[in-house]
Amino acid sequence: MKRHWFHFAAPSTFYHLAGRLTPWFLGLALVTGVVALYWGFFETPDRLGGSNPQKEYYRIIFVHVASAWMSMWLYIVVAAWSAIGLVFNTRLSYMMAISVAPTGALFTFLALFTGSFWGKPSWGTWWDWDPRLTSELVLFFLYVGYLALHSAIDDARRADRAAALLAIVGLVTVPIIFWSINCPDPNQCAALHQRSSMSDIDGNILFGMLGLTFAFWMYSFATSFMRVRSIILERETDTAWVAEVIDREAPR
Amino acid sequence: MFRTFMVIVRRDVTLAMRRRTDVLTTLFFFVIVASLFPLGIGSEREMLRFLGPGVVWVAALLASMLALERLFASDYADGTLEQMLLTPQPLSILVLGKVFAHWLLTGLPLVLIAPLIGLQYHLEGTSLAVMAAALLVGTPVLSLIGAIGAALTLGLRGGGILLSLLVLPLYIPVLVYGSGAVTVSAIDVADVQPFMALLGAFLILALAFSPLATAAALRISLE
Repeated sequence: MKRHWFHFAAPSTFYHLAGRLTPWFLGLALVTGVVALYWGFFETPDRLGGSNPQKEYYRIIFVHVASAWMSMWLYIVVAAWSAIGLVFNTRLSYMMAISVAPTGALFTFLALFTGSFWGKPSWGTWWDWDPRLTSELVLFFLYVGYLALHSAIDDARRADRAAALLAIVGLVTVPIIFWSINCPDPNQCAALHQRSSMSDIDGNILFGMLGLTFAFWMYSFATSFMRVRSIILERETDTAWVAEVIDREAPR
Repeated sequence: MFRTFMVIVRRDVTLAMRRRTDVLTTLFFFVIVASLFPLGIGSEREMLRFLGPGVVWVAALLASMLALERLFASDYADGTLEQMLLTPQPLSILVLGKVFAHWLLTGLPLVLIAPLIGLQYHLEGTSLAVMAAALLVGTPVLSLIGAIGAALTLGLRGGGILLSLLVLPLYIPVLVYGSGAVTVSAIDVADVQPFMALLGAFLILALAFSPLATAAALRISLE
């Protein structure tokens, strides 16, 4: 069966595809999430070495790092869908962008929230103006600005395009903001996040982190698809295919 | 193209000069905000000198943000803006002219009054000069970035508060290096150079890209 690659760019066909895919993503998120959390809680060492050994509370890392990664990745996804929307003028791209954004904002908040609970035992403070904390906070502001602008405009077409432009402007300024906060000389400002790389991480811990990141990613797919389905229904209320869908699903 | 630019600048300045209160309110807002801080945090000399650069910059940020709402509002209300979109001249040049005029009327007065505010915070002579120079390079960036937000929120209810939500996070780099330059100048003036260079880089980047983005935003808002 051969199909044109724009086939699923039509909201009417994508609605059904998203509906069929959602349970799969949700299931994957649940299974990998449970496995990764089990691994993180029971199969990893109960203290991390170094001059200042981190005890049990380091396990926050599994949620903290995974949600921080997802928060940044989802912002790129939002900006990418926005750019595709502006270039190809496809309505569904905008709908995807606006349905991914709330999940991204949620993960940004989660990263900040879990970070402060980790910061309290290990740094002795809930909050510090550490470069990464600050840039994550700015990322949260960008998400909030994006969502606020979209919901402030009543006309759907203008809301989509204006928010898309804002997302792209935000993406361009993110590196500048990041480097301005993350000053070039690490001795001058308090950097509480040490430089690290994947190869420095213990294999056991890396497995848990990557597992939970995968789970969060699948969760993002599932929630975005659920959200985009309701947005499609809202926007296409007057079309025949929506009437058909409602007719079919109403008796149940 | 330069003529178009100058025509827009002259027009906007003339219009603003007929209603001078708009220009003065921004200036006095800046002065009042900067004067409120010593009342709130106490007036010890050392503390004020320490806080001065940051407070002046935050006040400048807020003042230039509040002035943004008027950048396109009156032209939008009487339909001039739509006519501008229809002209054969490139919209980004027209936008650049409007932003430049807006900066002349709201940004430049801040630059000129800032040394006086600095005196209230017991800053030294070199710091005052550096502050004026940093504001001179930094405030145009604020106007240029803010223009994008002003164009996006054109004609929306509650536009002003929404505008602050969109624009203030994008102002952070200018704030960091602008107040950084003043803080550093109190120790050694030679250290100011990298800060000024980065502010200059922001200005060039903003000059190149912001008019394009603003023009695109105006087209979205007015279609």
